[in-house]
Amino acid sequence: MSHLPILPILLPLLCAALLILCYATPLAVQRLVSLASVALTLVVALALGAGLDEHPYWLYALGDWMPPFGILLVVDHLSVLMLTLTAVLAGFCTLYACRGHDRQGAHFHALLQFQLAGLNGAFVTGDLFNLFVFFEVLLIASYALLLQGGGAARGRAGLHYVVLNLTGSAIFILALGLLYGMTGTLNMADMAVRIGQAPEADRALINAASMLLLVVFGTKAALLPLLFWLPRAYIAASAPVAALFAIMTKVGIYALLRVFALVFGLQVGLGETQAWQWLWPMALATLAVGIVGVLGASHLRGMTAYMVIVSVGTLLAALSLATHQAVSSALFYLVHSTLMTAAFFLMADLVARQRGEARDHLVVTAAMKNRLTLGILFFVAAMALAGLPPLSGFVSKLWMLQASAGGATESGGSQQGLFWGLLLLSGFVMIIALSRAGSKLFWRQSPERAHNRRADPVRLGVVMAMILASVLLSVMASPLMDFTQATARSLLSPQDYVAAVQSLADGPLGGPPDAP
Amino acid sequence: MELLMAISIGVLTTCGLYLILRARTFPVVLGLTLLSHGVNLFLFSMGRLTLEAPAVLDGSGNHADPLPQALVLTAIVIGFAMTAFVVVLSLRAAVELRSDHVDGADPDEDRRL
Repeated sequence: MSHLPILPILLPLLCAALLILCYATPLAVQRLVSLASVALTLVVALALGAGLDEHPYWLYALGDWMPPFGILLVVDHLSVLMLTLTAVLAGFCTLYACRGHDRQGAHFHALLQFQLAGLNGAFVTGDLFNLFVFFEVLLIASYALLLQGGGAARGRAGLHYVVLNLTGSAIFILALGLLYGMTGTLNMADMAVRIGQAPEADRALINAASMLLLVVFGTKAALLPLLFWLPRAYIAASAPVAALFAIMTKVGIYALLRVFALVFGLQVGLGETQAWQWLWPMALATLAVGIVGVLGASHLRGMTAYMVIVSVGTLLAALSLATHQAVSSALFYLVHSTLMTAAFFLMADLVARQRGEARDHLVVTAAMKNRLTLGILFFVAAMALAGLPPLSGFVSKLWMLQASAGGATESGGSQQGLFWGLLLLSGFVMIIALSRAGSKLFWRQSPERAHNRRADPVRLGVVMAMILASVLLSVMASPLMDFTQATARSLLSPQDYVAAVQSLADGPLGGPPDAP
Repeated sequence: MELLMAISIGVLTTCGLYLILRARTFPVVLGLTLLSHGVNLFLFSMGRLTLEAPAVLDGSGNHADPLPQALVLTAIVIGFAMTAFVVVLSLRAAVELRSDHVDGADPDEDRRL
């Protein structure tokens, strides 16, 4: 058994422990350790991805306790996609933070590594309670990261964020308890098989548990009635932290996909699970709220926070179609939107640093020092985010539109029409909002003397690299498209996952029920 | 025993939810604690309630399900740590914002005075 699948958890965890122990070492060393850990995690993620060709599921039984009893790590296409995306994003954020943000509070790099350990753990675990534990790890780290630097706004946003997520965790345990009580297992594959065998009398409770999980993951993913924490928290966080948080909503979406495609969708298929019926209207409503928020935002960070909501709405709407093409295109959009919203958070910080008192508020003020460079970057990133050709936003949105056209055969054209309408409207509104923001920030300026603070070259480089990544995503889209298609295929055939786990298991999954 | 357990879980959860929806941080923290107590009891009872049975497998077939006990231990530890964190956080917010309102300022304060 190869030890590769556990490295994405162990590497950041060990580095975090090391960084806490050696908190007195110079910041330069801490930065080096942090960056090295992220780079190594990326290498491990790529190595895991390369191994998927031979065997589509990496299985790792912790302590050699075989499933369904031990904790099992399962790395499949979706895990590799999320691991790689997280490592790339974390690399950018760490590099950006190394230029000063990590000085604002103690233990920045240790917390960042803990956050990565939690994120990676959530992506690789095949055990439902373990998923809860890793959710807690990443949340605890995110509380502290959100509060880095202090200040009244952060304290206020942090309190809401923490209380909301604690309540969410309580609901998560309730759902887990219900599922354990009904099935007697926590291994996801085993649970999926056992839910299929459950007597009719238990159906209602299992459905209740699945809806509780929808609430929990919906809170993390910022689905409509549960999204109001997001703008405040993301606006209050420091720029690299907010950029890293761009992946946090995606963890909720990952968990939704994983749990509902596998545990509840094994028998009936993802699209027929009860939660998925609710997802479609709520995703569209989320998209609509995001559009209104983008139009109403008064500063660039706020606008970006609502763009995160728009991206969540778009993503979940496409996912709720649950066809192969729709899921593949949504996963492509997930990569694109995560990178681009993160780039926008960092760019808002770059802009704010050159505008004195006005910060990133959409008001006219003295000219920026690096007006041209930042203006071009903003223009390109805005095109990518709004979905204009030729950048990755266009590729992903076009694919989603095509996919929804193919998938709407049985449920009539109204579904497709609604999705097309809202998606195109969101693109149009983004163009309006972004061009309004761009012209206020870059074109119009008051006659006062220009601010003379140059942009930090490394920070500028990070944002450039992220935008370049969007260009690359569009120029070399084919490998990633193939990969997301393979991901969607494995997601929509959970019986392969169960068979893979079965091959390692001691006895038959769902085997002799232990009479409680 | 089932009835007692169900009632206590219900009462704890109800009180917890009510307190979480209060506007001051102290009741909210208390509410979170009560809620996590209720949830922990619920998780514990999901291994089914058994009397005078050991938590280990001794081969006799008469044992309590040990897994929820392990799960609830994890949940208690996490819940305890989070409560400590949220207490410190609300203290800090109360000092920094000079108000223990969950929004940082009481919108009705002027009217009440």
